[in-house]
This record gives sequence, structure tokens and C-alpha cells, in this order.
Amino acid sequence: MTSFRNGPDAKGLFGSFGGQYVAETLMPLIHDLAAEYEKAKQDPAFAKELAYFQRDYVGRPSPLYFAERLTEHCGGAKIYLKREELNHTGAHKINNCIGQILLARRMGKKRIIAETGAGMHGVATATVAARFGLQCVIYMGTTDIDRQQANVFRMKLLGAEVIPVTAGTGTLKDAMNEALRDWVTNVDSTFYLIGTVAGPHPYPAMVRDFQAVIGSETRDQMQAQEGRLPDSLVACIGGGSNAMGLFHPFLDDQSVQIIGVEAAGHGIATGQHAASLNGGVPGVLHGNRTFLLQNDDGQIIDAHSISAGLDYPGIGPEHAWLHDIGRVEYTSITDKEALAAFHKCCRLEGIIPALESAHALAEVFKRAPGLPKDHLMVVNLSGRGDKDMQTVMHHYDEQEEHI
Amino acid sequence: MSRLQTRFAELKQQNRAALVTFVTAGDPDYATSLAILKGLPKAGADVIELGMPFTDPMADGPAIQLANIRALAAKQDLAKTLQMVREFRVEDSTTPLVLMGYFNPIHKMGVERFIGEALEAGVDGLIVVDLPPEHNEDLCDPAQAAGIDFIRLTTPTTDDKRLPTVLNGSSGFVYYVSVAGVTGAGSATLEHVEQAVARLRRHTDLPIAIGFGIRTPDHAATIARLADGVVVGSALIDRIAQAETPQQAVDGVLGLCAELAQGVRGARG
Repeated sequence: MTSFRNGPDAKGLFGSFGGQYVAETLMPLIHDLAAEYEKAKQDPAFAKELAYFQRDYVGRPSPLYFAERLTEHCGGAKIYLKREELNHTGAHKINNCIGQILLARRMGKKRIIAETGAGMHGVATATVAARFGLQCVIYMGTTDIDRQQANVFRMKLLGAEVIPVTAGTGTLKDAMNEALRDWVTNVDSTFYLIGTVAGPHPYPAMVRDFQAVIGSETRDQMQAQEGRLPDSLVACIGGGSNAMGLFHPFLDDQSVQIIGVEAAGHGIATGQHAASLNGGVPGVLHGNRTFLLQNDDGQIIDAHSISAGLDYPGIGPEHAWLHDIGRVEYTSITDKEALAAFHKCCRLEGIIPALESAHALAEVFKRAPGLPKDHLMVVNLSGRGDKDMQTVMHHYDEQEEHI
Repeated sequence: MSRLQTRFAELKQQNRAALVTFVTAGDPDYATSLAILKGLPKAGADVIELGMPFTDPMADGPAIQLANIRALAAKQDLAKTLQMVREFRVEDSTTPLVLMGYFNPIHKMGVERFIGEALEAGVDGLIVVDLPPEHNEDLCDPAQAAGIDFIRLTTPTTDDKRLPTVLNGSSGFVYYVSVAGVTGAGSATLEHVEQAVARLRRHTDLPIAIGFGIRTPDHAATIARLADGVVVGSALIDRIAQAETPQQAVDGVLGLCAELAQGVRGARG
């Protein structure tokens, strides 16, 4: 059997997706980064250091928790939550940040830049930059700053400079453009710590590798608890790093059904969504060829999702490829469905999930009831919902008014 | 000989550099932009770069970002940009015209169709910022096979090891981005430009044009003493941004173009 886990090729391609579509100024740097990452991967000292920080700083392994009440409520599949929200900084983002900051240090970079949507990647980046005493600049769209003020303050507390991006709709895509502009201007001193499995090669592969600890742990934990592999995996997808991290170690296990959940916003038919695979076509943006939300002229269309972390018009190229070859099934969940799942998870499990993760939970609520009781389903609880209080309160008020 | 080859050969004989002007197609609207385009050769532009608007111009500074936003707001698209070239060519069959932009709109139109239409419209070359030589097969190879030059950007970070790779697929001229940064950003020192041109000359016989951060006739003249071409973009586009009427936009751009041309033409005198 050919493996689904060998990508990308030497040019950074997963099938026809991925690549290195960036300005010449960045090319030498990206080649350096790829070479340095290859070296680090082979270096036992790097692995040891990474393992140390994952355990003692991030708090890994994160539990694989049997969600008894959710399972009862659904009355079907046995639901497990991979508790990434218990990590330091409250989401899976730190897994990648720790890996990349160790690499940045190896490369002698003194200044870290990053883009952020919901602010979780910004907070995680600011956190590791503080830990290693590096200067940190975070680009964040003004729309996202408005809806994620607590995270903006957290980043500032951690010593990062948060630069508001007014271009476009002031969301993740615009923040990424601005971070790329900073990077071409400060190539020598600066390390761009991309937060998801997108961007030019080697980022999609590198971020995936750092996040794959999620799936590797899940394998071992499920083996220990149930003595076998799970039957299905469910994770939400914006750029797709938490999903890729959970999925990758299972790609070659044909018995494991894998489901990625995109954000359908107000519904794919309305055009106001963030579902690049279900509502987009292939194109080139931010260094890679992938599925994009775009119009007939190839202009990028702004994404919409209630969750700032999923509000991106593209998706990691490896997901585009897995979609293309059919190994992973990609569905979508609307804002409304995600909110309903959010409330259920709060009340039934005493866990406040991130609105991003609530999309995955909503998919579970659709599927689990129809599945047999011995079906083992793992959902990645990629982040906690503390950051979403403002958004949820706003919708809560709206609901109350309706009543 | 292609229009680009002919033009650079003529100017070499006259012992002067080319003034290469950049404006974004459809900025601030189609009619005004076309009037600017048609006026540029008379105002002294030797080579024209015409920007293809894109929502996410990642390598551009604020001036060209705003130009893209204005053009897209005025409903400019790739088909209209090609139409603009066709209308330009009705009156001008000698000034080389290079389309510059990002890959996605071309990818969406389809590379084959784009090359066919560009060729038919009278496009001489392409500069596609996010297509490094690593992706030559996507557009560079088929464009060159069809007779359209593919102009590469070289930058301060393109070291001697990488330079041959970048120059290999280059034709028409070589565009040296004199500062690591976005368009319109601060300018390089004269010493840096001198060294960069000398280094490039060791690797290529193609004409070398210098861009990024060149704003005034004096500055253009200084660069014109060192290189085969001087690229000015953001400074021209600022004149469109400042204009209160379409006529002011046309006069502003063409006025500055004429001043820059004077600077370039008098540089080696």
C-alpha cells in the first residue's frame, strides 16, 4: 500500500497543492529554513529539548477523556475528547510555537513575527517569545482585535507588540499579508512563526509535524484505554493545524474514518462562510496552491465565520490534497450549529469549548447518534472558549431578545 | 527582436537609461487609467509596467495596496486589463508593455488562455511576484515558449549561489529590487546599488533595471548613471491618490513622468 504520510515532495507539493509561491526576497530564507528544519529533525538534542518543553512547559500529554455525558446524550458512538484546551495558553497552538521557537533559536533569529486570527496563535507565540527572551511582533486584523480583546491584552502582558491591520476586512488573511510584508522587510533578523499548516514549504509540513503529537498521543491513549484504534476522528478546520495534527498519524489506517469540519458561517449557499474545500476552488495565495474562496477573476473573497480562528479563505495544502484523493471527508457546520454545540458542551461536560472546536462538536452531534455504541469517536477539543465570551454573550442577548 | 530588446538596444546606442513606469490598471477607474497609459510614452516613459490588480498584494507597500483597492472597487479585472493593453496598442506599437502582478488571477483565468490573450493584446513581458524559478513550469516556461518575456526580480537576498537559478529563466530585462522590503519603501544607498549592478553584470548580459524607493527626478538620474533602467511606481501612484478629479490624476502622473524622464535623459550628459 502506498502511504499517505510521505508528503510533501522535494518541491513542497502534496499532489498539485502546496509549493513555494513567494517573492524572491523570501526564497533564500525559505530554503535556509527548510534545510535547518531537516537538520533539526535528525538531531536527537532537538527532539530531547522539544520533548522537555512539551512535557514541563506545555503540560503534555493532554488527556484523552471519555465524554460520558455527551455519549449518553447522543446515544450512539462512544465519544472521546482530546483535551488540547488544557495545554498552556489554552489551545493546540502552543505545540507548534514551541517547536518553531526552538528552531528560530537554532537559526540565531532575534525577532519573532506572527499573524493571528482569534488571538490564540498570537498568545502562544508571545508566550514562547517571552520564555526565550525574543522580541515579538503580532499582526492582527482590527475586526479580530474588536472581538478578541482579552487575547490582545494577554499578548501585551507577555511583552508582544500587537500591530492592528486595517487592510481588507481586518481578519486573518490581512494579518498574514502584513506579516509577509514585515518579513520581506526584515529578512535577516526575523523568524516568521506561521500558526497553521499553510504558507510556503516547509511550513505546512513543519507545523504538521509539530502538531502530530496530538495524533500520536491519541493512538497510544486509545490503545491503553480501549485496546484498539479509534473508528473515527473529527476536527475543525480553518487553516487546519489541529486537524492535521490529529489526522496525520492515522492516515494509513484504513479502518479509521477521518472527518474535517469547515466553517459554513451563515451557510455555504449564502456566500458568507469560510469553507474553502466545500465552497472554493484551487488557487495560489500566501505561498501555496490550495483551495481558496475567490471570485471569477481570482480575487480573494473574505471569509466569514463566528469563530475568528476559522475565518480564513484558504486551507492547508495537505488538506486540499487529502480532499482531492478522498482520504479525508470534509463537511461543514454553520455558526448556529456551532453555537448550539458550544452550549451543549458547557452544560453536559462542564467544559467551555472554543467556538472553533464547537464546529467539530456539532459534527459529532450529527453523527454519533446514528452510530453503534462500540464505535470509538475522537473529537479534537482544540481550544478553550474563554476568549469567546464576548461573542457568545452577544449572541446570547440576541437569542434572549427573540424569546 | 522583441519590443523590449529593440527598446533597450536603441537606448544603449543613445547612451541613456530607460525610464520604466509602473501604474496599476484601472486605478482610479478604467477611463482615467487608459488616458494615463496612453499618455505615458509621450511623457517620456520608455517601458511601461502595468499592474494587474489583486486583493492581496503581499509584496506591495501602502501606495500600491491602495491603488489595487481603488482599481478593484472600480470593477477592474484581468479581462479589462488585457482590453486596456489592446486599446493602448491601437496607437502605440513600439513601447514595450509588461504586465506585473500576482499569480492567482492568471491561474483562475487559465494559463493557456491568459498567454494567448496577452500575446494577441500586445503584451511583451510578465512580472509575477509570487512565481519564483522553483515554479517555472506554472507560467514562465509556457509564456516564453509563446514569445512573452518573463522578467525576474532579483533582490539583496539573492546570493551568488542562487543568482544563476533566478537569471536562468529571465528574459527581457532583470529587475533588481534594491531594498529588501515592499514597494515604495526606503531606498538603497548608492554604494549598494553600484555593487549590486556590478554583481549582476558578472552573471548576465540582460539589461538591468533598478526599482523600489525611487521617487524624484534627481534620484532617478543618479540611478540612471549606474543601470540600464530606472523603475518608478509608488511616486506616480501617489499622484493618483492625491488627485481630486480624473484630469488631475492624468496630469499629475504624466507631469511627474515628464520630470523623471528629464532626469533620466540628462543623467549621463
